[in-house]
Amino acid sequence: MPQNDTLFTPKLTGCNYTTPDQRAKLTGTARYAEDFRAEGMLICKLLTSPLPHAKVKHLDISAALAMPGVRAILTADELPQPADSASDSGAMIKASPWSERALTMEPHYQGEPIVAVAATDEAAATAALEAIDITFEPLPFVIDPLDSLRPGGPNARTNGNVWLPPGKPGEQPCIGELKWTATDFETAGRERLPMGKTAAEWSYGDVVTGLSQAALVLDETFVTPNVSHQALETRSTLAWWENGKLHLTVGTQGTIQTVPAIAKWLNMSVDDIVLISEYTGGAFGGKITASVAVIIPALLAKKAQAPVMLRVSRADEQSIGRARPSLIGRMQAGFSKEGRLLGLDLFVIMDNGPYEQQGDAATAGRMGSLLYQPKAMRWRGTAVLTNTPTRGPQTAPGGLQVSAMLGPILAKAARRLNLDPLAVCRINAPEGRAPVGPPKADGSLNAATSAFVKEALDRGAETFGWQARRARPALTKGSVRRGIGVATGCFVAGTIGFDGLFVITPEGRLRLHTGIGNLGNESFSDVQRVVADAMDVPWEVCEIAWGNTAKPMPWSCVSGGSQTIHAMSRAALAASLDARQKLKEIAAKTLGGKAEDYNIGDQRVFRNDSSQAGISFAEAAGRAIKLGGVYDGHECPADVNKMTKTSVAALAGQGLVAVARDNFPRDGQTYSHVASFAEVEVDIETGMYRIVDFHAEADAGLMVHPRAFAGQLAGRSMLGIGHATMQKWFYDNQHGAPLSKRFYQTRPPTVLCFPEKFTWGSVGIPDPQTPVGARGIGEPPTGAACAAVLCALTDALGDDKFFRAPVMVDAILAASEPGTRALPGGLSANV
Amino acid sequence: MAIIRDGMPPFDLYQPTSVEDALSLADRLGSDAWMLAGGLDSLERFKDRLKRPKAVIDLGRIDELRGVRQEGVDLVIGSMTTLTEVSLHPEIRARFALLAEAAGQVASPQIRNQGTLGGNISQDTRCWYYRDGWNCYRAGGGTCYAGESPEGQNREHAIFGVEGCAAVSPSDTAPALVALEARLVIKKAGGRREIAAEDFFIGPENDITRLNVLGPGELLTEIRLPATWAGATFYFEKVRDRPVWDFPLVNIAAAMQLSEDRIDRARFVLGAVAALPWRLPRVEAAVAGNLRNAVADSASRLAAEGAVPLAHNGYKVALARNLVKRAILGKKEA
Repeated sequence: MPQNDTLFTPKLTGCNYTTPDQRAKLTGTARYAEDFRAEGMLICKLLTSPLPHAKVKHLDISAALAMPGVRAILTADELPQPADSASDSGAMIKASPWSERALTMEPHYQGEPIVAVAATDEAAATAALEAIDITFEPLPFVIDPLDSLRPGGPNARTNGNVWLPPGKPGEQPCIGELKWTATDFETAGRERLPMGKTAAEWSYGDVVTGLSQAALVLDETFVTPNVSHQALETRSTLAWWENGKLHLTVGTQGTIQTVPAIAKWLNMSVDDIVLISEYTGGAFGGKITASVAVIIPALLAKKAQAPVMLRVSRADEQSIGRARPSLIGRMQAGFSKEGRLLGLDLFVIMDNGPYEQQGDAATAGRMGSLLYQPKAMRWRGTAVLTNTPTRGPQTAPGGLQVSAMLGPILAKAARRLNLDPLAVCRINAPEGRAPVGPPKADGSLNAATSAFVKEALDRGAETFGWQARRARPALTKGSVRRGIGVATGCFVAGTIGFDGLFVITPEGRLRLHTGIGNLGNESFSDVQRVVADAMDVPWEVCEIAWGNTAKPMPWSCVSGGSQTIHAMSRAALAASLDARQKLKEIAAKTLGGKAEDYNIGDQRVFRNDSSQAGISFAEAAGRAIKLGGVYDGHECPADVNKMTKTSVAALAGQGLVAVARDNFPRDGQTYSHVASFAEVEVDIETGMYRIVDFHAEADAGLMVHPRAFAGQLAGRSMLGIGHATMQKWFYDNQHGAPLSKRFYQTRPPTVLCFPEKFTWGSVGIPDPQTPVGARGIGEPPTGAACAAVLCALTDALGDDKFFRAPVMVDAILAASEPGTRALPGGLSANV
Repeated sequence: MAIIRDGMPPFDLYQPTSVEDALSLADRLGSDAWMLAGGLDSLERFKDRLKRPKAVIDLGRIDELRGVRQEGVDLVIGSMTTLTEVSLHPEIRARFALLAEAAGQVASPQIRNQGTLGGNISQDTRCWYYRDGWNCYRAGGGTCYAGESPEGQNREHAIFGVEGCAAVSPSDTAPALVALEARLVIKKAGGRREIAAEDFFIGPENDITRLNVLGPGELLTEIRLPATWAGATFYFEKVRDRPVWDFPLVNIAAAMQLSEDRIDRARFVLGAVAALPWRLPRVEAAVAGNLRNAVADSASRLAAEGAVPLAHNGYKVALARNLVKRAILGKKEA
């Protein structure tokens, strides 16, 4: 049991409440980045590349600059060189020569920004873009990663086509060239992913023996889609300079952490940046520290000496708004006759886009090792560069893909072995301190802090009525076929080591400072419920300061990777313990005795032996100001982040300042899990299908805010369902051009696409390795939902029908024709 | 100079309150003017800078273009009547449920609230090459990127009547109007003509640059539904990838006059398989005088006769056959 659990008794934590941003959102008074206005504001528009890969041969902006209303034009050569940076431990991180820049003279995908114009209005800016005289020298390009790996295949960048691992420890990954042989392709045939050389690999156990001892070995190839993030709020940004400081309104997943990111891009001091981001209209990982495009209006504002709004249209967002990379996976999986996964050989090719190496391929291996607990496993993978939009981590990056690739394999194994798919999920499910690959340097595996997936499967199966549904006779109602599917998903669900910060004011109120981004999942507020419980105060005396770095903020995690509830509830508790100790010390100094003679309750600190003897929080805050030092923030703990120290200095003297770093112990890596169940009805004459019932059962520790928890389960399940059913890119490979750019072409799921019945539950067993017991829930529903629907479709129509997600009308119709396995487009994700 | 496809150019906005004023404006402004109905097609094209009218005539304030009324034996629907109104109107639902059903299947509730019947049948194709500004036949260029390019992406394109251009009509209501033998009233300054819905739509063999006969200065004012098919047996089905807010991959509108289970007369029209609503006269002839169950299989095989699928849209052949069979049998799940 956690050592501090006696200091935290959930009362408000775990209950629904009205979050502090809700009224503004419902009444429309919430201001997102593009809602801000500034006197004399200019509008910025982007000239983007019409080609997938080219060099700008000629650029003349003079005619555009002379047009009415045009105030400034920014080109790539005016961008500052990105600065090197330092990690929290002080290690130098060299600026990458391969990284994406805000503007470029060598665009690597159609839609990449080249020039930015600031003008008095949008029409003038757009007209000026049209007046720019620009010509290009086309360069070789590639859209499909397998085309690039072919002998003599094109490279997406002039110096290579893949990311290669560091040559030696301490170095950074680099871009190089990797080609497979013609024999690699011939050996694989048309339906299987060739298995040529890869850039990276790891293994544990003896995979060859695991496969050889298996009662059943499956060799499957599966393609997951490229999917644009498509957050509803585009990444518009307003920038202005005031007294030498840069002010920005942006959407971001991490308010405080975006400041150093911008400082790095602009090569300037964090002290000269004020960032405003009270509301962010959705983000799935693509706004973790906003994005590099925010420096465009910043530089233009300086140049034009006027505020500049970069108005990112939906078309721009489709280009620069990040996308999930497609993975092409080949999985050789060996099962015992009981369905246990004895050996897994996972081989993945990732469509990386042209810039920073994405983690999806590697994370797929890690999540696969956790989720299915193979007794022996090998992972091999390569990030292949393509001339397509920049990728970014999207909800469960790699986790979704591995569930989509491996979930249906478990179901197929169950059918081949005459087992219940639920039983095969269960026998392979992680349990307790489950091992996780890749292996450490000494060959041992990491361990999860806890896993209760079997419990989630059991509870979910009961709620869903799995066995009763399974026992039904096959549906033979005309052209409708029915199928059920069960699958699991997992993802990282917590980090550690961030700072908590709040002030008990002389009025006796608690002002809770946070640097978490507010992107709609409410975690910026939910974690503060821990403070209220730990301080034993009603929620009404708490107020949250968020969304503006002019209000001091502690070093907080970004609201990404499902880490916030875990990381910041710990930080909140750490700060609360600091506050409690300071209150007791102040009481002892005021009323006599020792700190341990006092306790906290009812907004007072009082003697253990006489509750009448005490002082109110308000009085204690006043005393803290008089005492100064650590009590009112004039002194700060040495172990908090330097940005927290700056914030504490700014708050000094305002009351009792509670500040602490999360130093609670944790043994293991933190993951959450979901078990999902789906029933589909497929009309084999039209290819359309309905998800008639869906259940998601979470294993994410203690629920901090049930309504937000349910929203995450539902919303992220829908994201996974979108990947299974309709959401993807279409590309013209010959011209290197994206064809699906609009919502009606990329088909993100809408609220009207919800399953006809949706239920959810939570195992609710607190994680023993974190004092609050809570883990994140944002990401694991995605893979579980995607895989459950894919399993249900296969259950309805039979094995060996689908090799690519999403499964759309044409795929269903092809699957419904006896003996056909249509492969138009080969293993491309974009057809 | 740079090619920009994102940002609506300025235009003069006119908001007449009568048809007469609208036509007068259209006559005066000539080819510089653009008639704007619900705007769901037009505004996208403006924003893409592919249509750059100097003047836009917004029809939204003309009351006489809205609503449903009985005129003699015809049920008359104003062209600016919204799709929601069409789908919910009791008279349309009672007598011409085919159209109500089709209108109710368009896109999403929000779009149906804004989109109009006239706009829905007059909209341009959604071919992703053409809409993205590629210089294809339809845009005045020299190829069809979807149909003629070796790596063309054409899963949503035509299987019938591909005369150069492989684009399809994206309308859900157009096949219904053709099936119902609707007549369309088109006015221009000093003139009025009334044509069969079937003649309103044109394929690439007639004019590869447009999908209907509307010319400069012309305004579609009324959709007239004759009593011919009132109360008949109808069937509408739309196949799409996303259950809401999606264009049809294929749709079918069928009207049948039955004596018990015998089909006396019928019209079958497929949508999204050609540049215009695609009537199936051979199917219609095959079913006439036959029992539904007896003729469904054989007649459905005629549905795809003449189809020439492209690399990625062969599934539409099966769909055409299956939808015709379902329409004949009158069952959503055959």
